[in-house]
Amino acid sequence: MSGFMSILKRDLHLAIRQGMDNMMVVMFFVLAVVLFPFGVGPEPNILARIAAGVIWVAALLASMLSLERLFQTDYEDGSLELLTLSPIALEVIVLAKITAHWLTTGLPLIVAAPLLAVLLNMNTEGFPMLILALVLGTPSLSLIGAVGAALILGSRRGGVLLALLILPLYIPVLIFGVSAVDAVIGGFESKAQLLILSAFLMGALPLCPWAAAAGVRQAIE
Amino acid sequence: MLHRFANPTRFLRIATLVQPWMAWSTILLAGAGLYLGLLSSPADYQQGESVRIMYVHVPAAWMAMFCYTGMAVSAGVGLIWKHPLADIAAKATAPVGACFTFLALFTGALWGKPMWGTWWVWDARLTSMLVLLFLYLGYIALANAFDDPSRGTRASSILVLVGFVNVPIIKFSVDWWNTLHQPASVIKMDGPSIDASMLWPLLLMAVAFNTYYLWVLLIRIRAEIVANKIRILRLKQVHG
Repeated sequence: MSGFMSILKRDLHLAIRQGMDNMMVVMFFVLAVVLFPFGVGPEPNILARIAAGVIWVAALLASMLSLERLFQTDYEDGSLELLTLSPIALEVIVLAKITAHWLTTGLPLIVAAPLLAVLLNMNTEGFPMLILALVLGTPSLSLIGAVGAALILGSRRGGVLLALLILPLYIPVLIFGVSAVDAVIGGFESKAQLLILSAFLMGALPLCPWAAAAGVRQAIE
Repeated sequence: MLHRFANPTRFLRIATLVQPWMAWSTILLAGAGLYLGLLSSPADYQQGESVRIMYVHVPAAWMAMFCYTGMAVSAGVGLIWKHPLADIAAKATAPVGACFTFLALFTGALWGKPMWGTWWVWDARLTSMLVLLFLYLGYIALANAFDDPSRGTRASSILVLVGFVNVPIIKFSVDWWNTLHQPASVIKMDGPSIDASMLWPLLLMAVAFNTYYLWVLLIRIRAEIVANKIRILRLKQVHG
């Protein structure tokens, strides 16, 4: 546990000292969403209809944007190699890094989401559900993304490749995240969607660090 | 058993023997299946002649899932026991599987236009097949993204195993969700609910697709082994 905490602290320190880098992810998120009213036209009804989907897609792309750096910088300066040599299980280290990634990108996105929902004229009944769905969904995105981030270490054109690898795997989270919000706005129960989102998280929590650690190991070998 | 056939030299000897058999059975079975399916089987009372698209569509979709499962097994064997042949088999299967997936999606669209009135709907079966195509493409991209080919093999093996979650989703998507795509009618607990006159050509085509896959797989594995040999010889020349 102390190993987990020290890795988490280290990554958070690094993120805070780099300051603007994490803000850029949120700025990308805001800008990507703001493009939609220009693209589909500013009619409030259309925007309200697509708001949940647009926010989810933009959040997904934004969280993917910063994933490439998750292991890459440590891989390049050699500290990843030292981390794998440490007595702490690599899975725990990977989980700590994923947690740091979620705290520095997932959490700011969740904070920014209601503001964007206002801009897109989303029905206010959907706001709590949007936040709840993002709280359940974005950790899964970080977890799944970490597997991709580990696999592309040392490859040519890592960033584009990362998108190709993990966007297909993001689709289930996106489907249920959006449909949870749409169900509430439409006046239906959304318990089933929330349960499925939680199930994704519960499944990804043990499996993804394991797969990502395997990915890191084969990159270091 | 596994270790016996994992020896590339022995594999090559067997492959040379088996390959013409696969080629001939593909030609004969596909010929018979196409004749029965396109000419001698009845048209459907609802779908008319366009039911014949099924004789290509369904085997292609089966093979798409079969190839991915085969890749996952090979990748697992390659990762655990480090058999070079298993890695080569996984790598050789990927483009074939991607083609089957594309064929299934393409023929499905051709069938969907007259039957459903649309080329494409976003229902669970179609979407999960599309995801399968992306998984194949992602695998191929990752396997070729490294300067050191063995790195690409290992990384992409892990990816295949992660992506395997999609295969049961495809299989059961028509049962779990209320889809426009019809539910299973051949592989069911209480026997197939499809008439024998249509089942036979379908099964013949399915076996033909399978032997075709094995035929192409053998060619591709042999080519890959030869390519590896050439690479090693080149390296030897360079390093003296």
